[in-house]
Amino acid sequence: MLNYIWVGMIILGFVVGVMNGRIEEVTKAAIDSSKTAVELSIGLLGVMCLWTGLMSIAEKSGMIRKISKIVRPVLGFLFPEIPKGHPAMGAIVMNLVANFLGLGNAATPLGIKAMHELQKINPRKETATNAMSMFLVLNTSAIQLIPATIIALRSAEGSNNPTEIIGTIWVASICATIAGITAVKVLSLRRKDRNGRTPWKP
Amino acid sequence: MEAIKSISAYAIPAIFLIILSCGMYKEIKVFDAFVEGAKEGITTIVKIIPSLVGLLVAVGIFRASGALDLLIYAVKPLGDVLTIPSEALPLAFLRPISGSASLALVSDIIKAHGPDSFIGRLVSTMMGSTETIFYTLAVYFGAVGIKNIRYTLAAALIADGVSVLASVWICSLVFGR
Repeated sequence: MLNYIWVGMIILGFVVGVMNGRIEEVTKAAIDSSKTAVELSIGLLGVMCLWTGLMSIAEKSGMIRKISKIVRPVLGFLFPEIPKGHPAMGAIVMNLVANFLGLGNAATPLGIKAMHELQKINPRKETATNAMSMFLVLNTSAIQLIPATIIALRSAEGSNNPTEIIGTIWVASICATIAGITAVKVLSLRRKDRNGRTPWKP
Repeated sequence: MEAIKSISAYAIPAIFLIILSCGMYKEIKVFDAFVEGAKEGITTIVKIIPSLVGLLVAVGIFRASGALDLLIYAVKPLGDVLTIPSEALPLAFLRPISGSASLALVSDIIKAHGPDSFIGRLVSTMMGSTETIFYTLAVYFGAVGIKNIRYTLAAALIADGVSVLASVWICSLVFGR
């Protein structure tokens, strides 16, 4: 699916660009975006090392395993494939908490750490497991305790009550999360995926 | 509000202290463990770059050519059916694709309609209730080299669509149109 969308966006972009007479802007956007992508990645480098370093301490001291055991009863429903006491669960929890507290800088490195742990129990290394899909969907619809960016923007524009949208954001996020979890659970039940492979069963 | 804010402020120092004191308690060489883990960070970032370049270039081309505007124009009737105000509809399509562009759009809309108008509150809610799907997929799947993402994008888009509809519904209910 991602393949088609990717090719579609580029081809459609160039065709529309030609029709609009904006082909030079389109070319410039392509070059600039590749630069932005690298700048974004390099910008993440320091904080990434910081968190993978801290997580390595947490792992060696057995802290991650302990967290994994504690949350197992709650998160077991969402991630049935993860074996008992596997560090993947601990990394997932750390990421979800960081997301919830709005610690964007910490959330991404911790999420990548969780993906690495999930990859260790993936029998087909180039195909996403159900646990990975669930984790990604939880991340894209994540509930944030305080949506700081949007509050800052509203108060900068002179809102009388910049924080009044917190409640509505929570409700909308919870709806999205429930829909996402349901979608993953239903779609993972399908006998075969697009490539005709049977989904992996634990 | 203040209490919640201070939780966020103290969270990172607290996590540092807990992890470090656990490490000391178990008598592991904390600095060596840190350096070893930090090395992993570098290789991971290098692995992310290719997929992030691929996706951001596609998004850049799509936006600069005017194809995104065309898409928004094409789906306008759908917005009317789903009672999504036409001012807020472009955001629904931009949000999963590009985080920085949608923040700029939200800023424009709030400037034009005022932060305390229905539209202003609605776009604030829409902006806050989902993440940038394409970026998240590129970073997380790119980091571990997954090529076949199966139904993940479909499920993420379903969640995103529900968040848009839920935003319209809850804002109408709470603030009134």
